[in-house]
Amino acid sequence: MTRQRAAIAWGVLGVVAIMVIWEVYKFLGPAEGFVVGAITGQTGSGVMLLPRTNDRAMPHIWEMVARLFQSTSGGDTPPLIVPVVTAGLLTLGIAAVGWLIGVSVGALLGLVMQRWRLAEWGLLPWIVVSQTVPLIAFAPIVNSIGTQIDRGGTPWPQWLSVALIASYLAFFPVAVGVLRGLEAPDRIHLDLMRTYAAGYWPTLLRLRLPAAVPHLLPALRLAAASAVVGAVVAEVSIGMRGGIGRMLIQLAGQGSSDPAAPWGPTFGSIALGLVAAGSVALIGFGLKNYRRGEATA
Amino acid sequence: MTEFAVRAEGVGKVFPTKDGDVVALTEVELTVDAGEFVSLIGPSGCGKSTLLRLIADLDPASSGTLEIFGKPASKARVDQDYGIAFQQAGLLPWRTVAGNIALPLELHGMAKPARAARVAELAELVGLTEFVDRYPDQLSGGMQQRVAIARALAEQPRLLLMDEPFGALDEMTREYLQGELTRIAADTGAAVVFVTHSIPEAVFLSDRVVVMSPRPGRITDILTTGLGDTRDEALRESPAYFERVTAVREALHGTPVERANER
Ligand SMILES: Nc1ncnc2c1ncn2[C@@H]1O[C@H](COP(=O)(O)OP(=O)(O)OP(=O)(O)O)[C@@H](O)[C@H]1O
Ligand SMILES: [Mg+2]
Repeated sequence: MTRQRAAIAWGVLGVVAIMVIWEVYKFLGPAEGFVVGAITGQTGSGVMLLPRTNDRAMPHIWEMVARLFQSTSGGDTPPLIVPVVTAGLLTLGIAAVGWLIGVSVGALLGLVMQRWRLAEWGLLPWIVVSQTVPLIAFAPIVNSIGTQIDRGGTPWPQWLSVALIASYLAFFPVAVGVLRGLEAPDRIHLDLMRTYAAGYWPTLLRLRLPAAVPHLLPALRLAAASAVVGAVVAEVSIGMRGGIGRMLIQLAGQGSSDPAAPWGPTFGSIALGLVAAGSVALIGFGLKNYRRGEATA
Repeated sequence: MTEFAVRAEGVGKVFPTKDGDVVALTEVELTVDAGEFVSLIGPSGCGKSTLLRLIADLDPASSGTLEIFGKPASKARVDQDYGIAFQQAGLLPWRTVAGNIALPLELHGMAKPARAARVAELAELVGLTEFVDRYPDQLSGGMQQRVAIARALAEQPRLLLMDEPFGALDEMTREYLQGELTRIAADTGAAVVFVTHSIPEAVFLSDRVVVMSPRPGRITDILTTGLGDTRDEALRESPAYFERVTAVREALHGTPVERANER
């Protein structure tokens, strides 16, 4: 309990520290930044060593927060927070679908690799390599395949492409976590199951899966965070409307006239990651008994 | 025709390792009759656990033939002819005491009500009735070992394989469980192969004591205790018992390498 409280305290402290650093630098730093080697009359030349601190580049934190409650684009449009939340929920839903696909595929790969050593040799290198393919390059391909399927008659909404791309990031930690987890049981426990003449499935159900839980939970949490990042990036790179990624880009484009606005969706996507990881942590509560320390005998 | 629980003829075991082969057992000749209690005693590393693992079909023998109730060891394992308790308790940390005892029953499809009744019975036997809802990390080492013993007894096997099951227990519990074990073995007619480091324990429990010696692991002597069927507290103080203890000690120390005290 006290450890949990300490964790919360450290978390809050970290956020406060970032806010303080932001405001202190904004107060002390040069308004137009510090540039070396600039050629007069040529904008954008030289190397910027210190970023600008004027209100356009670095709005005050309270302005960012206040902006959330001001109307989105003037007139009687709803406060900014409304579209941020709506867009956030859409992205969260897509990320959740991506997470589910990723977890299923990852778990399946992990199971197969644990079952057959040959599969581990054959698959694991490719799984690792798959994560080095940049999402930006990969997303348009998925999208164009999706569009072609859609034209072919089978409906393929754009969000499905986004979910697929999110799952591409999410499956990796799960595949590795499941593989390691399933190989976690002690020799004595495997021997015991053998003396009971328990085959593959009973051993999997009663020994390997429970023993894998401590490896599985961090993998699922990581997958959740990856799915959110994947969904946001995929939205941007294939230009899907309605999600928080697209909103971020749109508002950032208007940044010079309304500098506090892009921070709305930024906070939104941070909240998204927290909600996603937090929901997975809830799964952990239900599985507490599987995280007990090994017997001490 | 008397049935053999275990029959080993010329059994040997070699572990191939990086630094050459380790000969763990050579030329083991041993028969254990059905219902007979046999202890294996000998210095550390003489292959007691290895022999038990061969009987349990956890490792294959490198040479010789090994039969359990007239069947190959692998068949006996699949037929669930034995129950086993290892040197470590080996409880599943996420299961309660009751859950751990119930594991073999569950795996072999015993119905829930019957299972609960059997678990209660076994918990009572090893004196853990109040602890059935505890998890292994909430038990002492000795209590964990008792759970493991209850688990080995769960299916009333015809053959019990036990590797120093009382090693971690205090003297009182140990003597109590020794008495219980001989009673259970007699009641169920189970044969027992029991590994121990304790000479008095081996003598108290056994019909025959098998003395082993290391490098390479082999049987050097087999002594019949001839102490009869009743194994009670009075026996511990009888001259016949002391005489057998001395005989086993001499057999053990008479082995070429004196390592009996090593653990
Ligand atoms: N898997 C293995 N690989 C290599 N050598 C092994 C293996 N298992 C056992 N041995 C060797 O076989 C010999 C016998 O080991 P074993 O565990 O049977 O001894 P033990 O009589 O049970 O000893 P203790 O009384 O300490 O439990 C030892 O020399 C050990 O190093
Ligand atoms: Mg041993």
